[in-house]
Amino acid sequence: MYEASRAHVPDKPDCTEEESRHMTKGFIYSIAAASLVLAGSAVAAPVAPDDVKFVDMTVAESLTGQPGDPKAGRETFANRKKGNCLACHANSEMSEQLFHGEVGPTLDGVADRWTPEQLRAIVVNSKQVLGEQTIMPGFYTMHVGDRVAEKFVGKTILTAQEVEDVVAYLTTLKEQ
Amino acid sequence: MAKIMKINVLSAALFGAGMTAVVMTAPAFAEEGVKLVIDGEELTTEVAPQEGNPLDPVRSGWTFRSEETQALETDDFENPGFPLVDYGEELWNTADGSTGKSCASCHGDASESMKGVRASMPKWNKEKNTLFTLEDYINLSREEHQGAKPWKWESQEMLGMTAYIGLQSRGMPVNVSIDGPAKEWFEKGKKMYYTRYGQLDLACAQCHEDNQGTMIRADHLSQGQINGFPTYRFKWSGLGSIHRRFKGCMDNIRAEPFKRGSDEFTALELYVAWRGQGLSVETPAVRN
Repeated sequence: MYEASRAHVPDKPDCTEEESRHMTKGFIYSIAAASLVLAGSAVAAPVAPDDVKFVDMTVAESLTGQPGDPKAGRETFANRKKGNCLACHANSEMSEQLFHGEVGPTLDGVADRWTPEQLRAIVVNSKQVLGEQTIMPGFYTMHVGDRVAEKFVGKTILTAQEVEDVVAYLTTLKEQ
Repeated sequence: MAKIMKINVLSAALFGAGMTAVVMTAPAFAEEGVKLVIDGEELTTEVAPQEGNPLDPVRSGWTFRSEETQALETDDFENPGFPLVDYGEELWNTADGSTGKSCASCHGDASESMKGVRASMPKWNKEKNTLFTLEDYINLSREEHQGAKPWKWESQEMLGMTAYIGLQSRGMPVNVSIDGPAKEWFEKGKKMYYTRYGQLDLACAQCHEDNQGTMIRADHLSQGQINGFPTYRFKWSGLGSIHRRFKGCMDNIRAEPFKRGSDEFTALELYVAWRGQGLSVETPAVRN
């Protein structure tokens, strides 16, 4: 229905499950190797947006190799210049904030419905999970619309660590 | 004196259920089915779509606003857009440019000569062989008939004049032509409406067609109709043009906006006006 974005998003993951399992394995090894090399100094560089691997609508590994911080994620979630998630989603856990949107589904109990790996995939690029027609922006993707404003060209809405933080926060939203 | 008439159509129970589904405070909505009546004249704020229009029913942005905001538009003495309308009327009767003519010198009484003009804009200009907005016609007249400098798109002069001319069509149905050479512009505008722009990767239709009526944070998503422009917005503390509103949406989705008066925004204006075919002109409308 909508004109395709300038950057094409493949309908299917661009590797088979078998391939990706190998890749994931290789990825883990390379992370481990990088960690050894960098031990005592900085952490490994985050996975670049175009290198994020989607497998069966999941992104298995942390984008930074580090676990997310749910407390920081809660702030990124609410920040209007970052996640701005309340624009579209209601979230009872954040009832101190007025006016929750209703464009998307409520996030109450979202961790009962999706695994952390699925939540990561949705936050990174929802179109890979929810379909090309979804209204939800991808927060760590270069597959964006036409005429991106100059100050945002080549940038993602969230950083890799911010994605991990938001995913860690979403993982706490359980009802059961 | 103008007054607001309330006619309940939907049951209060239905409305109440919608409200309680949201856990947090929502702004007070006006009741559904309320009629917009200005100076005893009822305006059309809801109408069946013409062939090909995906909106059903077609609804004025007025129907999406709170009761308080709605009320301001029903009384010209309270409508904060009217001081600029008065300024427009003053300009209409003031000589300007090398010819020493005013608008009235050639066009006489605006309530007669300008009646229906807003309702048919934008419109194909045969002589110039392009699509013209109301702003384009005003500046053409200033330059070629008055020998005056064109006004800037968003100047108080241009807003006053478009509001004053627009008012002469208030209550008349939007009726733009997309025949002949305008068709190409219509198609271009339509293509834009469904194209995803910006870092947020959103098309007009995703909010204003697919999600109309839902809350995006504290704002009630409307159909994005333009039958009330120039419109007084609280956010602007003043009147603003259609193209300014388009720019605001593009800024919000982190896209590089087209320029006011550009071919792109003029094409989009034609397409969006067509989506509101049959709604009453409300100029100057009041919105949040």
